[in-house]
Amino acid sequence: MSQEGLLRHIAARLFGLVPTLLMLITIAFFLIRVAPGGPFDAEKTLPPEIIANLEAKYHLDEPLVQQYFRYLGQIIVLDFGPSFQYKDWTVNELIARGFPVSLTLGGLAMLLAFVVGTAVGILAALKQNSVVDYSAMGFAMLGVSIPNFVIAPLLILCLAVYAGWLPAGGWDWTIPHMVLPVITLALPVIAYIARLTRGSMIEVLHSNFVRTARAKGLPERIVIGRHALKPAMLPVISYMGPAMAGLITGSVVVERIYSIPGLGSYFVQGALNRDYTLVMGVVIFYGIIIIVLNFIVDILYAWMNPKIRYDE
Amino acid sequence: MFPPAAPRSGRQAALIAVLGAALLGTGCEPVSDESSLTREKRPRPVELIMIDGRPDPAGLADKQSLRRGNGEEPQTLDPHLSAGIPSSHILRDLFEGLTTEAPNGKIIPGAAVRWNISRDGRTYTFYLRRDASWSNGDPITAEDFVFGLRRSADPRTASNYANILLPIVNAREVLQGELPPGELGVSSLDEYTLQINLTSSTPYFLGLLSHASTYPVHRRSLEQHGSRFSRPGNLVSNGAFVLTAWEVRSRIVVERNPRYWDAANVILNEVIYLPIEDQPTAIKMFRSRELDWTYEVPNNQFAWLADHYPDELVISPWLGSYFFGFNLMAEPFVDNPDLRLALVLAIDRKLVTGKVTQFGEEPSFALVPPGIGDYEPATPEWAAWTQIEREDEARRLFERAGYSRDNAPRIEIRYNTSENHKKIALAIASMWKQVLGVNTSLINEEWRVFLQNRNTAVITQVFRAGWISDYNDPYSFLELFRTQSGLNDFGFSNSSFDALLDEISLERIPARRSRMMQAAEGILLAESPIIPVYTYVTKRLVDPHVRGWQNNVMDHHYSRHMFKLKSINSKARGALPVVEPEPRDP
Repeated sequence: MSQEGLLRHIAARLFGLVPTLLMLITIAFFLIRVAPGGPFDAEKTLPPEIIANLEAKYHLDEPLVQQYFRYLGQIIVLDFGPSFQYKDWTVNELIARGFPVSLTLGGLAMLLAFVVGTAVGILAALKQNSVVDYSAMGFAMLGVSIPNFVIAPLLILCLAVYAGWLPAGGWDWTIPHMVLPVITLALPVIAYIARLTRGSMIEVLHSNFVRTARAKGLPERIVIGRHALKPAMLPVISYMGPAMAGLITGSVVVERIYSIPGLGSYFVQGALNRDYTLVMGVVIFYGIIIIVLNFIVDILYAWMNPKIRYDE
Repeated sequence: MFPPAAPRSGRQAALIAVLGAALLGTGCEPVSDESSLTREKRPRPVELIMIDGRPDPAGLADKQSLRRGNGEEPQTLDPHLSAGIPSSHILRDLFEGLTTEAPNGKIIPGAAVRWNISRDGRTYTFYLRRDASWSNGDPITAEDFVFGLRRSADPRTASNYANILLPIVNAREVLQGELPPGELGVSSLDEYTLQINLTSSTPYFLGLLSHASTYPVHRRSLEQHGSRFSRPGNLVSNGAFVLTAWEVRSRIVVERNPRYWDAANVILNEVIYLPIEDQPTAIKMFRSRELDWTYEVPNNQFAWLADHYPDELVISPWLGSYFFGFNLMAEPFVDNPDLRLALVLAIDRKLVTGKVTQFGEEPSFALVPPGIGDYEPATPEWAAWTQIEREDEARRLFERAGYSRDNAPRIEIRYNTSENHKKIALAIASMWKQVLGVNTSLINEEWRVFLQNRNTAVITQVFRAGWISDYNDPYSFLELFRTQSGLNDFGFSNSSFDALLDEISLERIPARRSRMMQAAEGILLAESPIIPVYTYVTKRLVDPHVRGWQNNVMDHHYSRHMFKLKSINSKARGALPVVEPEPRDP
C-alpha cells in the first residue's frame, strides 16, 4: 500500500478523534450530573454547612456551564482532577495504577485466547465434521455461553479453596495471582476465536486460489501456512480490536470476583458513588483506547487484506 | 450483584466441584469424604495461656502478621476527611486520639494520660503523655491537638465528620465560616496540657475523642506534603502502627510503630488490610487461609457458614437499629397514629428475624438498641404481648382509624436495591395483607436515588431506614427526630420531644439524663413515626488463632490488642489438651 495514502488516512482519523472525544465528554459530563443523587449523599445525611464546604471544595457550587468549561480547561492539560470518593488520590493516579493491571491481564488473556483459539479453530477446520471438530466446537459453545461469574467462582473453589494450588483472590503482580483471572477472561474469547477461525478457514479452503495451490502440487503445510492462513485470519483480526479493548479496560465481574485492582471497577463504582471526576476520567480514557485500537485494527486489516487499500 | 458463589450444602458443593472439574478439564484433588469437601483442613491453635495479663510467648506464632479483610477501598487515610467504616478501621491503628478504647469498647486514656472535667461539665483539661511521640520521633504536644482540631473544623478541610466537633465552643461558627478556626474552643495551657471548652455538658464527649475527626495530625509533614501527606513514607502518625505500603484497591500494610508509647505491649508486627468488595470472594480467601479476619459475611451464605464454620463465625450485637420510617407529611399517615401503630403491631418480628434474615438479630420494638452503658431502652407495653394480642390490637386500631378489610389503604414501601431489604419488605407486606388486608407495593431504587427521595420526603410513604451510631450514647438515635434535624426524613415534629432533648443536652447527672432519654424515646414510640424491626448484629469470620480482641457494640477492633497463636503441631495432635473456645463476650 502506498505510504502517502496511509499517512493521509492516519491524519484524517486523528483529526476525527477530537470531535468524537468532545462529544463523549459533553454527553458524559451532563449525563452523570443529571443522575439523581449527589456524591455527598449518605445514609447519615451530612449537615448543610458540611455539604456546602464540600461543594465549595470541589467547585460543585458553581453554575453547571461554568463547571463544564472549567472541566474542559483541565482536560486540555490532561488533568482529570481529584477523585471525590478516593480522596487521597487524583483520577490520573488511579488510572495510572489501575490500567497496568488491566492491561497485563487483558494482554495475557488476549495472547492466550489468540494462540489457543486459532489453533483449535484451524484443527477443527482441517478435521471438519470429525470427532475432533465436534468436541472442539462443543467446548467452544460452552465457553461462549457460560458466563464468567459462574466460571470464576468454580475455578476458585476448585483450584484455590479445595486444591490450594492458587490464591483465591487478591493481587500482587505475581504469576499465581494472574492464572485464574487470565483463564476466566480468555475462555469466552478462546471460544469465539475458535469458532471464527474454523468458519473462515473452511471457507478459504474451498476457495479457488487454495484449489489452485493444491493443483500445483504444493504440500499441505505450505498451502495452509502460506496461502490459507492469512485470509482466514481476517475476521479474527477485526474481532480482536473490540475484544482487546474490552479485555484491557478491565472486566468489572472478573475484578470483583478475584479482587483485582484493575480499571473496570472504577467505572461502575464511580458511577454508583456519583464520583463525577472518576467517571469522566475513565470514560475519556476508555474512549481514547477504543478509538486507537479500532484504528490499529483498520491498519492491520489493510495490510492483510489485498481487497482494502487506502490509496484508492 | 452476583448469584451466590458458594454452594449451600455439602452435597451441592460436591456436585459443583465435580461438575467444575469435568467442565474445565482441570482435576480437583480427589475427595474421599464429604466433610473434607465442605470444610478444608484448618490447623487448630494452641491453648491460650496468659501470664501477668500477657499471652505466654511460647504459645505465640512466629509470624505475627494479621490479614484483615476490609470491605471497600478506604476513602482516605486523612483522619479529618475520613468517612466510612473501612477507613476508620485502619485509622484506629494508625492514629490515637486523646482517648481510645479497650478491647471491650470501654473508653480509656489514649494520648492523654488523665483529665479533669469542671463541675459544670463544660471544661475538659487533658494531661498528655510525656513519653508519647510521633512515628518520626517528634514529641506529641498539646499544640498538635489544637492544630488537629482546628484543621478538622476548618471549612477549607471540608471534613465529612466535623459534626463530631459540634459540642466544642464556636465549632458551628467555624464550620460555617463565620469565625476563623483559631476561635475554636481549644487551647494549649502548656506543652502537655490541653483545654477544650464545650457549649454544654456532653456526657459522651470523651467517647467522641476516640473518633478519627479528633485525631492530631503532624503539622510539619502536612505542610510539606499537602494532599499527599497520607501516602506511605509521608504519613507521620501517633498510633500503634505506621503506614508502610498502600497499593490502591489491593492492600494497605501497617507495621508496628516502635515509637508508640505502649509499643512493648503491641504483639503484631504487621497488619495487612485487604480491600475486598465482593464478600463471597472474601469468604473463599478466608477458607483458603489468605485472610484471618473478614469484613463481614454475605447474607446468603450465612446459614451455610454457621453450619460449617461454627468456631470461626462470630456474631455480636451492634449499636444499630434497622427500621422503616413513615413519612408523616404524606397521606395516609398525616395525624394518623392509630393507623401507624396498627401497621407497627401487625408485623411479627420473630418471624422476620427467625425466618427471613436469620442472622441472629434481636427483634426490636424500640429505637435505641440495647447495650449502651446502663441505658434501658424504652419498652412499649406491646413488646411484652403475644403476637396474637398485638394483631388483635392492630385490627382494633385499624378500625378506629376508619379502615376495614374492604376499605384498606394502599401503601408503598420504598427501599434501596438489596436482596435483604427486599425480603424484609416482602415479609412485612404479606403480614400487613394477612392481618389488616392492606395492599402494599414495593419500590426499589438505586442507592443515591433512594437517599435523595427519602431526604426530600415528597414521594415517600414507608421507607427503609436504619442508624448505626458513631458514639456510645442513646442521644445519637434520639437526635434524628428533632424537628430541625437534617436527618429527620420522617417529618416528625413534637414540641415536648424537642424540649426534652434540649434538657437532656444540659443534664449532667447520668441517671437523670438516662431517665429523660428513656422518656423521650417513650414519647417517640407512642407517636410511631417508625416501624422498629431489629437490632443489627456484626458477623464475620475470624481465624481462631487470632486472639486478644473482644466483641463490643461499637464493633471497633484495634489491632494493637490482637495477637496470633501458634498452631497445634499436627503430629502431636491428640497429645495436647482439647482447646476450649474461650468466652468472647466481656
